[in-house]
Amino acid sequence: MSGTDWRNLAISAALLGLAALLPVYGSPYWLTMGTTMAMFVVLATSWALFSGPTHYISLATAAFFGIGTFVTGLGFQSLPFWVLPPLAAVIGAVLAALVGLVTLRLSGVYFVIFTLGLAEMVRQVVTWVQNQTGHRGMYVLTSITEREIYWMLVALGALVFLAGWLIGRSRLGFALRIIGNDETVAKHAGIDTALAKVALFMVPGAVAAATGAILAPRYIYIEPSTAFAPLLSFQVVIMALLGGTGRLWGPVAGVIPFSLLWEAITRQAPNQTLLLLGIAFLVIVYLLPGGFVGLWERFRRRFGGRT
Amino acid sequence: MFILITGLLLGGTYALIALGLNLQYGVARIMNLANGEMLVAGGFAAFWLYTAGQVNPVAALIVIAPVAFVANWLIYRFMLQPLVKRAKSRGALEVDSILATFGMSFAFVGIMTWAFGGGYFNYAFLAQPLEMFGSSYAQNRVVAFVLAVVIGGALWLWLTYSRVGLNLRAVAVNPASASLVGVDVRRASALAFALGGAVTATGGALVSMFFTLDASVGVLFTMKALIIIIMGGVGDVRGTIVAAVILGIAETAVARLVDPGLTLAAAYLLFLLVLLFKPAGLFGKARG
Repeated sequence: MSGTDWRNLAISAALLGLAALLPVYGSPYWLTMGTTMAMFVVLATSWALFSGPTHYISLATAAFFGIGTFVTGLGFQSLPFWVLPPLAAVIGAVLAALVGLVTLRLSGVYFVIFTLGLAEMVRQVVTWVQNQTGHRGMYVLTSITEREIYWMLVALGALVFLAGWLIGRSRLGFALRIIGNDETVAKHAGIDTALAKVALFMVPGAVAAATGAILAPRYIYIEPSTAFAPLLSFQVVIMALLGGTGRLWGPVAGVIPFSLLWEAITRQAPNQTLLLLGIAFLVIVYLLPGGFVGLWERFRRRFGGRT
Repeated sequence: MFILITGLLLGGTYALIALGLNLQYGVARIMNLANGEMLVAGGFAAFWLYTAGQVNPVAALIVIAPVAFVANWLIYRFMLQPLVKRAKSRGALEVDSILATFGMSFAFVGIMTWAFGGGYFNYAFLAQPLEMFGSSYAQNRVVAFVLAVVIGGALWLWLTYSRVGLNLRAVAVNPASASLVGVDVRRASALAFALGGAVTATGGALVSMFFTLDASVGVLFTMKALIIIIMGGVGDVRGTIVAAVILGIAETAVARLVDPGLTLAAAYLLFLLVLLFKPAGLFGKARG
């Protein structure tokens, strides 16, 4: 590892420590905000790990997240809680692999369309199964506090960053950057493009399911229409793109301002959240194509003089 | 038999909606995910004209279609053409247009919720039953189907036999070659996008005759239209119609025989089968 690597590691560790200590110095309000932000940091960063290099826009987050909450909802009485997030991650990864095998061999449009309706489709199936068995929603009553949920999310976030850093240095990460630049070149260089994409798509699938499993106790009552709310997928996409997917830290830079803005809008004008989401999409496409990361890099190129 | 006919009636309207999106994607190369909102806007216009002005929804089409045409032309000219110019490749344009139209879709939903409220809206137009083949069907569904067939048929004839239709089809095949033989690709794309939007809004007005709509239901129609296009093949009018009818029948069958809450799951099953076995569409040839 080079000097910059050590420096980045030290900065990351310090920031992680600062984040982990939030329950100690923050008020309950900030703990609630922090939990929401930690959730979006985890989701958006893992989203960007796949969609950043490949340019495939995944809208499947809500589907995996909902499945994760249901893993906890169904399993928390018979299994110890610490088993559930890893279990959800495995289920999420397997489902992501199945979705990926069907759609990632084809062009990006098919993938977007398929993931667009995935959460709604899973919701319909889960609702139907529940109707057949006579269950409606379910209660998740545990002794887990918000503070513990927050720490679990921070730990998961650290894992995601570690995974992203390792993938970036691995052969898989290199292969994916080539695929993102030119898939034909990648194929000619002997890369199994479909396999590489499927392997990487399993990461956000697993992470989103684990996040859902961790957050389920926070909701107390779970039902399909809230667990599989498609809006979550779009929020994640917006935050990741606003921050920029070119760097590992990009999504974090998008999550923090957007969560605060979202919070303010939902409090002031709850009917205008969709309009805000739409405008945010348009702003990103027309004004901020590279997100904050792109802006920062342009700024550095102009004034930094470093190459 | 009842399922087949109800499915066919539904499929006819779906076909018209999907044709609109197919024009936009096939010719103008814009994957328009705000298509469903255009449909809801068309439906709402019909509702408003009917309840406020006592205008017959069929007559309202004469107003709705041109307004939608102009609106979509403006959207293409001022929102999407900059993206077309900026795009380095077809893939980059696809990502940009998907994100931009998502933005428009959410913005439209936001504006429509703000302007008209989040409630459902429907109206009773020709809600009497019609006896056919031993069962009864709502007259409004039959009227919507007939109109969809007439409009879709006229569109097909125009695309196949007119000079401008030929231009559009040339751009759909290959924009670079089309401009070599003297087709103004930019004008043809704008025309196709505007026309596609007008067709979709017309479809929305037809759907509103028998379907309860609300401001946020658009994305469901976008999904269905997309699945139909992929099933039928991009730019393939015949495939689109067959796929729409298959989807209409499959949805009706699942809704009646299994559970009405599973219609999207049924559409997804079809989508999955197509992706696995016929990714180039029902009549498409496998790409090498």
